[in-house]
Amino acid sequence: MLTVLFDGIAYGMLLFVLAVGLSVTLGLMNFINLAHGAFAMAGGYIAVVMMQRFGLSLFWGLPVAFLVTAALGAFLERTLYVRLYDKPHLEQVMFTIGLVFMSVAGVDYFMGASPQIVDVPQSLDGNIDFGGVSLNKYRLFVIAFCAVLTLALQLGLSKTRFGSRLRAAVDDSRVARGLGINVTTIFALTFAFGSGLAGLGGALGAAIFSLDPQFPLKFMIYFLVVIAVGGTTTITGPFFASILLGVADVAGKYYTPTIAGHQIQIGGFVIYTIMVLVLIFRPQGLFGRAPGK
Amino acid sequence: MNAKITRRHTLAAFALAATALSPFAAHAEDVVKVGVILPMTGPSASTGREIAAAIKLFQAQKGDKAGGKKVEVIIKDDTGVADITKRLAQELIVNDKASVIAGFGLTPLALAVAPIATQAKVPAVVMAAGTAIITEASPYIVRTSFTLPQNTMPIAQWAVKNGIKKVVTLVTDYGPGIDAEKTFVATIKENGGQVLDSLRSPLKNPEFAPFLQKAKDLKPDALFLFVPSGQGAALMKQVSERDFAKEGIKVIGTGDVTDDEQLNNMGDAVLGMITSHNYSADHDSPENKAYVAAFEKANPGLRPNFMSVGGYDGMALIYAALDKTKGDTNGTKLVEAMKGMSWTSPRGPISIDPETRDIIQNVYIRKVEKKNGQLYNVEFSTMANVKDPFKAAKAAKK
Repeated sequence: MLTVLFDGIAYGMLLFVLAVGLSVTLGLMNFINLAHGAFAMAGGYIAVVMMQRFGLSLFWGLPVAFLVTAALGAFLERTLYVRLYDKPHLEQVMFTIGLVFMSVAGVDYFMGASPQIVDVPQSLDGNIDFGGVSLNKYRLFVIAFCAVLTLALQLGLSKTRFGSRLRAAVDDSRVARGLGINVTTIFALTFAFGSGLAGLGGALGAAIFSLDPQFPLKFMIYFLVVIAVGGTTTITGPFFASILLGVADVAGKYYTPTIAGHQIQIGGFVIYTIMVLVLIFRPQGLFGRAPGK
Repeated sequence: MNAKITRRHTLAAFALAATALSPFAAHAEDVVKVGVILPMTGPSASTGREIAAAIKLFQAQKGDKAGGKKVEVIIKDDTGVADITKRLAQELIVNDKASVIAGFGLTPLALAVAPIATQAKVPAVVMAAGTAIITEASPYIVRTSFTLPQNTMPIAQWAVKNGIKKVVTLVTDYGPGIDAEKTFVATIKENGGQVLDSLRSPLKNPEFAPFLQKAKDLKPDALFLFVPSGQGAALMKQVSERDFAKEGIKVIGTGDVTDDEQLNNMGDAVLGMITSHNYSADHDSPENKAYVAAFEKANPGLRPNFMSVGGYDGMALIYAALDKTKGDTNGTKLVEAMKGMSWTSPRGPISIDPETRDIIQNVYIRKVEKKNGQLYNVEFSTMANVKDPFKAAKAAKK
């Protein structure tokens, strides 16, 4: 029971790091970036290359994955995304889904289609017993790491000058510009940071899931569910939504009843059921503000 | 002016046609086209690459002549989508005039082609897909890969012999997985064993944790695993996280899990795992040693797996059938020629069952061991000439 909860939280935390960047671009910048998963995949593959070709440990792979993906995000934002900010949503969707397919084919070509394996550092390998429950060290590390990250993000957004500028730029970019805030730079930085977080999530997750070129497509649904359930206006919304979905997904699959040797395949649908229910009763997401304007 | 040019052109065209037509016509007679449809991109691309490499190797070794004709292989990529497989099969038969179609990386892809093979009376050689029912879908389907029941039964019997009483099964929820589960469960129950639970994970499933945890909490003697080729590494990664050995739970499965292509990347966590399968790159025979050496030389960094031998033997079967019909490409005659054919493959002696057009082959019990710093499935026990148990049981009922 506790192990299920533990696995669920670890899974949820990973989902959060993977999806939070999307919540920023979607919620704060009002841009539909379906290619978010491609950045996560890029981060994962960067970590793999660092570890396999250069023999670095995962601890170094993580920051490198973050920085390189952030740089990649900044580059693409300046060259491609910036042209689509004021385009209709449909065009943004078409553009970013195109990017996803390009990334899938590109990674397939350069890295091969077979799943990549990321080795967990020796110090995080194995399990520890905690009051009779055996906990996987790496998953414990993921939980701790993501918890610290979430706290830092929340503080950064609400307490720092950059955070308040960003919120101002989002609320009304014309007025923010008038007040001398460099909105373009702020958006570019935010986009890069969101992409970097996705890359970090990809690198962290690669050691638990396998990493293959289909990654952005496999996880796109999960990202969107997290954003739909959590709402896009806060950091805490997607956070709690991720944890809820992670636990519900794991528990749903664990507790699926078996009847006369035939498993009823409802385990995998639990998170979608939750999403549907949330959207019926709170269309703006669990933690979203109702649209006021 | 215009008229002149036209006349000259017409003349030239006639002259060209006259010189070109006759040799071309004779040429077309002498070429047998084999249309191979494989997933060369997409999630099952590793299957396609292994088989394509094996086909190229076969032609490089044995030449391109069979039954007095030149064999031309056309490889098409269906990306693992059944609709595309079906369309490509149609194009290959209608436009390219392929006399044989082959390949088919996954069960749904093979089943999509069955009605076309039947209608066009063109033999379809299944080189990869492993669900038992495939050969029943068309009288023109012949298989050189394996069936899941065939590969599963030996490990189930091994489990019974080794005192395993309580088991949990975890398979991927689609045709071959369900075949494997049913065969394993039936064999265990027949021998008085107990199946605590049969878990099925969705085909597109990134997280095995809940299933593995449930299996662990049920405390069986053994956990039986099946996932399609290409997903073994992801599964074994999460298996190693759970420390089944500490609880005294043996982890066993079909060889799809410890696929040769990925085995080396799985790490020491898979050491000692016992599986049953029709092929290991470590199989000890002169044919296999030559095969592995030639394959690895032609494809550096790629180890031949069970998919590759399916492709290699598929080509051997097509060549042998053409030799037998002396180059006659009539589909019905070719299928008749294939029935009962037997030869020594890199995996050992194999034959095509004349009743079912399915493969009869040895299935080996293997253990993952380290040899020269590399992980291999080392065979330690053989079950000779295994017929597909699913169809054998059906035949027995009749």
